[in-house]
Order: sequence, then structure tokens, then C-alpha cells
Amino acid sequence: MKTEESIMQRIADAAKAVTRGVDAKDIEHWVTIYIMGRAYKVPADLTILTAMEYAGYRFVRGVGCRQGFCGACSTVYRKEGEYKLQTGMACQTRVEDGMYLVQIPFAPAEKAAYDISKESYDASVFLKFYPEVARCVSCNTCTKSCPQDLEVMDYVQAAIRGDFQSLAEGSFDCIQCGLCAMRCPADIVQYNVAQLGRRMYGRYGMPVPKHLITRLQEIEAGKFRGKMDQLVAVPREQLEKLYASRVREAD
Amino acid sequence: MEPDIHKFPYYPGCTLKTTARNFEVSALACAKKLGIELVELPRWNCCGTVFSLTDDDLIHHVAAVRNLIRVQEMNRDGMVEENRLVTLCSMCFNTLKRVNLLVKENPENLEKINNFMYLEDDYEGNVEVIHFLELLRELDPGAISQRVERPLTGLRVAPYYGCLMLRPREVGIDDPEEPTIQGAILAAVGAEVIYNSYMKVCCGSYQTVNDKSAVARLVYDILSHAQADGAQAIVTSCPLCAYNLDSRQKEVREIYPDFEQIPVFYFTQLMAVAFGFGADLCGFDPNQLVPEHLLK
Repeated sequence: MKTEESIMQRIADAAKAVTRGVDAKDIEHWVTIYIMGRAYKVPADLTILTAMEYAGYRFVRGVGCRQGFCGACSTVYRKEGEYKLQTGMACQTRVEDGMYLVQIPFAPAEKAAYDISKESYDASVFLKFYPEVARCVSCNTCTKSCPQDLEVMDYVQAAIRGDFQSLAEGSFDCIQCGLCAMRCPADIVQYNVAQLGRRMYGRYGMPVPKHLITRLQEIEAGKFRGKMDQLVAVPREQLEKLYASRVREAD
Repeated sequence: MEPDIHKFPYYPGCTLKTTARNFEVSALACAKKLGIELVELPRWNCCGTVFSLTDDDLIHHVAAVRNLIRVQEMNRDGMVEENRLVTLCSMCFNTLKRVNLLVKENPENLEKINNFMYLEDDYEGNVEVIHFLELLRELDPGAISQRVERPLTGLRVAPYYGCLMLRPREVGIDDPEEPTIQGAILAAVGAEVIYNSYMKVCCGSYQTVNDKSAVARLVYDILSHAQADGAQAIVTSCPLCAYNLDSRQKEVREIYPDFEQIPVFYFTQLMAVAFGFGADLCGFDPNQLVPEHLLK
């Protein structure tokens, strides 16, 4: 029985951490979720990620920033009595009663290697590296699965017709969680297509930033060399003071 | 005097935005000259490319219906007051029109597709799919010829139709055996129209991807018959036909060394020449064979 006690202890410890010191007896609302088929009673205000930790899971993969930015904690779930499979980021989705959950820690997707300086800036680049884009039947399943609420199908269609700007702008907030590709009936890897498109757009489509060129010329001409040399020569203590008193943008 | 402008919802399709961009340029310019503004559908997607003949294969009709919903939205949002959707590509025309017909005739299929697309407004079945050629046919007699600044007098042109504008009968826009819709336009811009029996023979379609020589043989039949009847140029309304008839001439020469090249135009390119537009609006492609006297 010793092993079981230690598991209970670990769950209790985990609960303390995620409920931020609130005692289990003080929690009023509970829901039952199913993690890979097994039922767990968890506090109702947790996210899927913290609820799983509450239940005793420790993440070594499928977790990252915990802020909805990194795209590592893709989750697929279905609610009891509903036919629809749903998707979300575990760190951004609150648990609901009767959720059947599984984590998708990795998307086994094809990723092409290319040199954008050698590719032509038209729709053929997508057919060359990701020919499956032509299989899109406009079913919109990708869009429905996107936790970022992007119009994924629209940007795939933009790729097909070589509209790099719409593709780049439409996919800009993609966090590459992989859920669209996992759901696509045409086996398109939307986010890798989009990445290729954004790179091409950055290289060939966007206006050249003149201020950046000017600044690079200034640096090369040695405009900042004197000040830099001064800084490098400053002793550590004084450098820390300078750092603390620097002019900085508001947080 | 410039005509009053009438706005139509317009579906370009992927080819007119990529490899056949020059066809779109000339078509939009000609339309404007005739008082027609083609307003591109917002958020359009692939037409579906090939109409699926399987009875219950509804997923392959979703793309077309989604575009028809965009036409409803344009009317709802006041972008156009027109339910007729204009197409330029024969493939898009054929697919969109056949799907439209299918869902109008099968309310159960339409309901299933609408239910599947639950994030969109329901398609109400009130859009009509037409080809730009049909709009030109509707114009007042003389509307085109009045605007000709440089008649194509002396140019002998053979219209080529292929299959998608004419078949199946329920979506065809002209007599499937004796089509005249392109010939009438060519005559209106002053060209001499060369009718020949190969104007409806298959161009080889997508065989061009994996069997170039099969396409080259068909192209040879089509072009050499037109040439034998005196044609100096070919005109078509389908970007895929245009591609096969034009780009496969290289392979034709490999099989038939005596074959003489012949220029292939999209119908609006010759209209643009006759309207006196500059080379930019005629949309001549660097790869396209263009007789020099046309550009003078």
C-alpha cells in the first residue's frame, strides 16, 4: 500500500500547487473529466492543463509557455453525448463536465527544406514543396479546428492562387499547434504551407525597410563604435547601475 | 460616350490568378469598356475543379456551393445587385454551374451540404452561373462593334470551343454541334471567322500533365485542320485549352516536323486589340506567339 499512499500524496501536492493554496474542502464546483478514458474529479475553474496536473499527470512534452503562445499543448476532446470532436490548447481551455481528453504532444507532419532565394515568387512554389494543397476541397475543417480562430481554409486557398499577402496576413497569428493538419481530410500541412508563404512574402513581397538599411550602414560606418567601446570598458558594478537606470519602454 | 456601369459578381478561379493572369487583364479591360464591372468575390475558394459524377459524393460539391454563398453575401452587403455570377474560365464555369444545378434539383443534397457548412449562411439556390461570353451575347447588337477602334480586318481566326462550354447539354451555352458564340464576337471586331469541324474536338485536357504526346497529337489535328481552312490564329475561352493548344506546339513539331506554329489567343485578347488597348491590357504573354502585325 505504500506505493498508493505516495501517489495520493503526489496528487495532493499537485492540487495544492494548481489551486494556489486553496484547500480542496473549500472548492465548491467540481467537474468530472476523462483523461484517456479514466475519470477524474477536478475543480471546475481549471484549464485542461492544470486539471491534468491536478489529476496527477506531469508533463514532459505537450506543454510550453502556458500562455497560449507556443502551440505545444494541443488537445483533442469530445464531450459526453456529443458527436463532435473538438480541439483546443490545453493551457487556454477551461475543463467542462464530461470532457473526454487526449493530448497531442507532437504532429508528425511533412516539412520541406528549401532555399527561398532560389524559388520563384508565384503559386508554383506551393505545388513544388506541398503539392497536396491542390487536394483542398474547401471543407473548412481546418478553420473549425484552429484554436487561434484563424480562417485557415482561406489562407490555404490564397496559397493555391499565389496571393502571398493574404496568406501571410491570414496566417500571421498561427502558433503551429498542428491541429489543422491532424484534422485535414486532404492531408495538407497548413501551417508549414503558411510558413513557406510568409518567408516568400517577407523576401519578395514586402517593401524593403529603408530605415533598416540606413541603420545598418550607420553601424558599418562606425557611428556607434565609440559608445560601444566605452560600455565594454566599464566595470561590472557600474554597468549594472547603468543598466538599472536605462531609459526603457513601459511594460 | 462611356456606357453606364453594371456590376456583376465575378469568380476568377486559380488559373486566371496564376498562369493565365494575362487573360484576366484583357477580360476586365474589355468588360469595363462595355459598361460591365466584374467585382471579384471576396474570400472565394477553388471551384472544385472537376465536377464529381458520383451521386453521393457531396463533399466535392462543397467548394462550389461555398462560392455561391459568397454571391449571396455580396448582394446582402450591397456590393452588387445581381445574382448572376460571371466566370471567365470554362472549367470553373462548368463545375460551378453543374453543382448549382445539382443542388437546385436536389433539395435533400442542398440541405446536407448546408448542414455540413453550418458556419456559413444557407445557400438559398438563387444564384445563376454564367460565362462572360453569355454577357457579351446579351449586349445590344452593335455594342461591341461600335467600340472597335482598330478592326481586325483581314485576320482569319478560328474559334475553338472544346467541351466545357457546350457539354453536358444542360449547362452548355450554345448549340453543342454548331456553336457560334465566339464567332459572333470575332465578327463584331472585324475578323474573318473560320469555322472548322475540329472546333469541338477534345484538347487533351489534363492528359497534358502525364502524356504530352497524346495531347500533342490532338492539338495537331485541331490546329492543322484550322490552318488548312485558312486560319491565321485560334481563339478559345478556356485557359486549359489555350495552354494545350499553345504550349504543346513544341511537342507537335517534334512529332510532325512540317507543322507551322499558329498563335492562340483568349477571346478577350483579340477584343482588346480591336478596342485599341495597349499591349499591357491585351495581356500578351512573353511565351505567347503573337503575330507582329497585330501589335503594330
